[in-house]
Amino acid sequence: MKKIIHIAAFGLLLSGSVAAFAQSAPPVPAPQSVPTGQQAPADEDGGLQVTVSDDSDWQDLGIAITTFATDADVPTGTNAGSTAALGRALSQVVAADLKNNGLFKPSGPDGLPQPAYAQIQSPDFPTWSARAANMLVQGYVRAGAGGQITVGCYLYDVALKQQLVKGGWQVPPSDWRRAAHKCADMVYSRLSGESPFFDSKIAYIAETGPKDHRMKRLAIMDSDGANHRYLTSGQSTALTPRYSPDYSKILYLSYLNGQPSIYVYDLASNTQKLIARTGNPTMAPRWSPDGKWVLYSMASGGNTDIYRISSAGGGTPQRLTNTPGISIGGSYSPDGSQIVFESDRSGNQQIYVMNADGSNQHRISFFGGRSATPEWSPRGDQIAFTHVAGNLRIAVMNPSGGGLRHLTDSWQDEAPTWSPNGRIIQFFRTAKGAGTASIWQVDLTGRNERRLPTPVGASDPAWGPVRP
Amino acid sequence: MPALMYRRHVKTGSTMLLIAGALAMSACASKAPKELPPEPGPATTTQTTPPPSGPQPGSQADFVARMMGSDTIYFQLNEDTVDATDQAALSKQAQWLQQYPSKRATIEGHADERGTREYNLALGERRANAAKNYLISLGIDPSRLNTVSYGKERPIALGSDEASWAQNRRAVTVTID
Repeated sequence: MKKIIHIAAFGLLLSGSVAAFAQSAPPVPAPQSVPTGQQAPADEDGGLQVTVSDDSDWQDLGIAITTFATDADVPTGTNAGSTAALGRALSQVVAADLKNNGLFKPSGPDGLPQPAYAQIQSPDFPTWSARAANMLVQGYVRAGAGGQITVGCYLYDVALKQQLVKGGWQVPPSDWRRAAHKCADMVYSRLSGESPFFDSKIAYIAETGPKDHRMKRLAIMDSDGANHRYLTSGQSTALTPRYSPDYSKILYLSYLNGQPSIYVYDLASNTQKLIARTGNPTMAPRWSPDGKWVLYSMASGGNTDIYRISSAGGGTPQRLTNTPGISIGGSYSPDGSQIVFESDRSGNQQIYVMNADGSNQHRISFFGGRSATPEWSPRGDQIAFTHVAGNLRIAVMNPSGGGLRHLTDSWQDEAPTWSPNGRIIQFFRTAKGAGTASIWQVDLTGRNERRLPTPVGASDPAWGPVRP
Repeated sequence: MPALMYRRHVKTGSTMLLIAGALAMSACASKAPKELPPEPGPATTTQTTPPPSGPQPGSQADFVARMMGSDTIYFQLNEDTVDATDQAALSKQAQWLQQYPSKRATIEGHADERGTREYNLALGERRANAAKNYLISLGIDPSRLNTVSYGKERPIALGSDEASWAQNRRAVTVTID
């Protein structure tokens, strides 16, 4: 039972103004568990409509995040301890999510009053006004039947003395962090008007050992670096993973059979198979947004071109590019109709766009230097890429090639991947000399940059979609 | 660094070495047929009959020793052009391969660290193919030659400087024992 349960009684309220309900509701409504429904998008009149390219006001928004209360401090099957300890851990995950992404500077849960269980739905507003908090996040956690954990999350506007949004989720013990990410997503979406992204996962390459004998293993983790797990032993070099849109599989390159070849790794069965038996090296795997197609690049006689094959297996690969030189990679537009890719057909690496069937190939990057590893934003409005002009830097442009902006300025940053909501970009940074690799993220302002916590060196991040 | 400089000197002095190598090879060439029968064979066999000096003729160790650095050719930034120096090295490799016609070889293509990972995989493949094609033009049967690209994943010079990058932009021929 891996699926997260969204409590309908709360979810229905996401799009409405719910102050009246909050005043009259019983302390904690009996949650009714139903399979996950789509959360209603943030209401059009709600939220603070601020563009992410100017985040100066955000930093001033005081958000207090309090320790989640519990009705009874009982043991849980989680690795966080009893419900009381779990309540504290949940609020810490929420605070870290909101803080680490540069959009807010939340306070708490340390150093803040801990609301009692009965106060979760009727906050002590005067206390929070006195502390100059603008927004208040409260929540509860309860242990349920069969070890299930129930988490409720509430966002209040302190000045208005009004509940803005609330949500509730029932999760198995192993998924308790997901409930916190859902809470952070709800708060983030309500305050920013943007789509959620915290409840998502990342596939990447874990790197250990010296520069000339480096072990590269396929690994996965949550969007905040938690729940880290290795998928391959490291005996064969693994590179460039991509999560399938439903998180059931990972495409990646492995040297398992000597030649670099693309495998599809099935996470349920922990088995893998070659995506195409070509006899030639295959590289740079990509999923279509609907998961039905796989792009790979194949080298033949020193030439590399992009091919498309059904992800279900079988069928004849369709060759999409056919020019002298190296055409490689490929990233679908969100609607699946176009593909952005890189090619050195003009003499050096530049970025091109084509229709999904390979027609109408045209170059869009006309900057100095080389442009590589394009990734289409899930929102469709931007293309992130690696700009190679002396140093390697992460940059964005619009899909017609205009509006170039550099987001990073380091010695070697490459391989951008988008957050599910298209607001944050992860990439990997290589240290000059030692060659140590680490995963970083930056928002679209370029101002909020931070390193992700990984147990060892890390490269090739691939961010999956937000989980249902 | 000293090893690096040594390599460079070897390359600049390649004409002399080539002459020496050609002489050595023509001397060996007449004996070659007699030495052919010992096929790859397990390592234990080689230990029971240690050669008086140097590696067993026709082995990868022999290839490395005889090439004196010419098992590797180097490329300019983002290039796969086989220049005159590379041609001399590949000719030397071809002579050895012709001397041991049962031997197969893998050409490993590499790139320096100053490029993106996926492109460098394709670039390494292109470089390995450039070396392979030149060996074929010298008469080596294509079925004896494989290529594999390691992109920027297996540097040999570990610095982050022009000299190291020049050493890493390479194609290395490795014979299969």
